[in-house]
Amino acid sequence: MVEFKDRLVLALGERDGVPAPALAKCIESAGGRVIYAATQCFA
Amino acid sequence: MDLEEQGTIQRLVESGERDRMIVLLGTPNAASTRMIALTLTQGDPSYAGPLAGVPLGLPVYHILEDDVKAAISPDVYEQEIGPLEFVLDKPAIADALGASRGR
Repeated sequence: MVEFKDRLVLALGERDGVPAPALAKCIESAGGRVIYAATQCFA
Repeated sequence: MDLEEQGTIQRLVESGERDRMIVLLGTPNAASTRMIALTLTQGDPSYAGPLAGVPLGLPVYHILEDDVKAAISPDVYEQEIGPLEFVLDKPAIADALGASRGR
């Protein structure tokens, strides 16, 4: 299992996959701290 | 990953506490997963951005990996990821990450 507790996490989402805000909620539920979040969009 | 984002991440990592940092991806397929994983571990493979030749060596995971899912509250995972777990190509994404880790 990946340990998120006390880790600083870069959440890199993508519009056609999982966006960053959804990743951030998952990270925070696991005890991690999001220090960067971005959702890429390839038009 | 665009050039500006590469620069932002490079500054973040170099600002300290690199040993505590990990990356979590929400990429939709194997190609985008491979590209970002390579960029953040070994450097920009296109040699176009600030991370060209800069091996940050960050641990990179994907939200669909079983070891990641196991760490997250089941209710939150269901609400935030839900059916995407079955829509996206999970085996191909896992293979892409495995290949980048094995390099």
